[in-house]
Amino acid sequence: MTDAAYPVRTERTRLAVAGARATTRSIVGDSERSGRFGNLLFVAMLLLGVGTALVALSAIIVWAYVTGRPLLSTDLLTNYPSTVNPRAAGYRPAILGTVYVISGVVALIVPLGVGAAVYLEEYADGTKWWNRLIELNIQNLAGVPSIVFGILGLAFIVRGPISLGFVAAAGSLTLALLVLPTVILASREAIRAVPSSIRHGSLALGATQWQTVSRQVLPAALPGILTGVILAVARAIGEAAPLLLVGAVTFVTFDPRFFDGGYSVLPVQIFQYAGRPQEDFRILAAAGVLVLLLVLLVINATAIWLRHRYEREW
Amino acid sequence: MHQEEPPLTIIQRRPGLLPALLVTFALSAAACGNDDTTTDAGDGTPAGNGASGAELTGTVNIDGSSTVGPLTEVAAELFMRDNPGVRVTVAISGTSGGFQKFCSGETDGNNASRSIKESEIEQCESNGIAYDNVQVANDALSIVVNRENPVECLTVEQANQIWDEGSQVRTWGDIDGLDLPADARSESLTLYGPGTDSGTFDFFTEAINGEEGRIRTDYIDIGEDDHAAVVAVQGDVWAMGYIPYSYVQEAGDDVKALQIDDGNGCVDATLENVQAGTYTPLGRPLFLYASDRALERPEVVAFFEFFIENQAEIAEIAGFVPMNDDQVEQARAKVQALRS
Repeated sequence: MTDAAYPVRTERTRLAVAGARATTRSIVGDSERSGRFGNLLFVAMLLLGVGTALVALSAIIVWAYVTGRPLLSTDLLTNYPSTVNPRAAGYRPAILGTVYVISGVVALIVPLGVGAAVYLEEYADGTKWWNRLIELNIQNLAGVPSIVFGILGLAFIVRGPISLGFVAAAGSLTLALLVLPTVILASREAIRAVPSSIRHGSLALGATQWQTVSRQVLPAALPGILTGVILAVARAIGEAAPLLLVGAVTFVTFDPRFFDGGYSVLPVQIFQYAGRPQEDFRILAAAGVLVLLLVLLVINATAIWLRHRYEREW
Repeated sequence: MHQEEPPLTIIQRRPGLLPALLVTFALSAAACGNDDTTTDAGDGTPAGNGASGAELTGTVNIDGSSTVGPLTEVAAELFMRDNPGVRVTVAISGTSGGFQKFCSGETDGNNASRSIKESEIEQCESNGIAYDNVQVANDALSIVVNRENPVECLTVEQANQIWDEGSQVRTWGDIDGLDLPADARSESLTLYGPGTDSGTFDFFTEAINGEEGRIRTDYIDIGEDDHAAVVAVQGDVWAMGYIPYSYVQEAGDDVKALQIDDGNGCVDATLENVQAGTYTPLGRPLFLYASDRALERPEVVAFFEFFIENQAEIAEIAGFVPMNDDQVEQARAKVQALRS
């Protein structure tokens, strides 16, 4: 496992690989041709996987572009929604609402998710049943339908003990709960992939466990953690169902605030427009899909930039 | 022994694979979406409606039905033009979901395409919320046939027999209890209906087949353009379709709107009958439920009054049937009663 993270190739590893290969060949039999065929097949399957993802994505983008084209302009980003005149309508409050809600989600999931992952990987005793139970629960939580989190958010965050009301902060909190398992799982993998020699070295030099985690392990794991955050944000930004329950509205003509007043988000607005009979609203919905992708792209680009900054080699 | 290089290059490449894919994604998305050059919407100027003399402030939160939602959005938009100090928001979580919030006192009004249910009444009462159904518009649609067609009236049962899921009706003679000349009975029936996304579709399937979305599948889907049904029926003596009432009025004598018999005799599809509430089940009132608690606030009162006074214009923009004077008077009275 540690070797996989070690891209360094010395003469020794080269020899080892050559030796292993020779051994395999002597057992399985020399089949240079079928080996090559297998190789080709494997690459073809990989390309098929990548291709499917790209085709689906471009299909959406092309559809949205072709349908939404008549309304594509910067008005879409700066104007407020209008039902009287949908041709002049824009997504401004929904864009701001999405940015607010997602910023809240990121602010919550990074410390909570990384904290949980650090505990489970570095501190928890994996042989104890309660730690195993926590692990199992987190894995299962990742598969819970989002509407369930919406109901939870409505009962405990909007009303009930936290009682935030129907505000953007409640949306953030609900979505944070929804994507937290993703971040925890990804962060754990990232932390686990940090070679144990790094930890041992740090501890041997007299660093405490906390110093080792905060100065060696976490910086090294940061790129992997950011990948988890990117995935989590991508899921959160497209959610409409739980937000409908915790108060995202479809018609707001003012800029939202985090703790006060109505807010809307892009998926909710797009979902509503897409179902309306008037042609103009359908065009608006398609254009909204592009706006949503654009917002997602900007958020992800920031995370990817951060990840490249912290990527390091040993 | 000298061909050991290839496997190593795959390992060598692997660390760069994920970033490369993400960059590919980024580029493909950017390439297609580059009509929008900026993402930051924060630098636009707020829509400063320059109207002066607006002393009203506050917020009005409306939730509820997806049918009435667009109507209330129009009302809200026009209202805010006159009263820029007031913020009206309209959410659409369905009539039932909306009543949940309305009866908890969390919203100031609830859009409803049906009357409040028993369980919802209990919830409102247990929270001490007095409410009333303030009508804001009429919703209606008509079954239309060609002008040459001898049929004048359909019962709800007959309509259901024609349009229900798994319907066996192929010719006009297959319809039970329809009085037709012998040569017409063998004529096959061509059906036209709007796409499943339209509100007309939802309303019709619920009114005639008892469940939203329940319908036979072998009719001709005319998509979202209701006028296409008028054109189709106009050109085919044995066709049948259903269209919103506003299109019936527009079509005039081009097609024939059938009378409908809901057990109380045949009722004409006229504006008067729709407004009088006798054109059932294809005509229905649309409500904005109001509560006494919300109507304590002047901005909520102003919004309801504005909605009722300007209902004709609002209904026309949103594509619904306006109320008659009696209905307007009743709506006004209900708001007044809740305030006192």
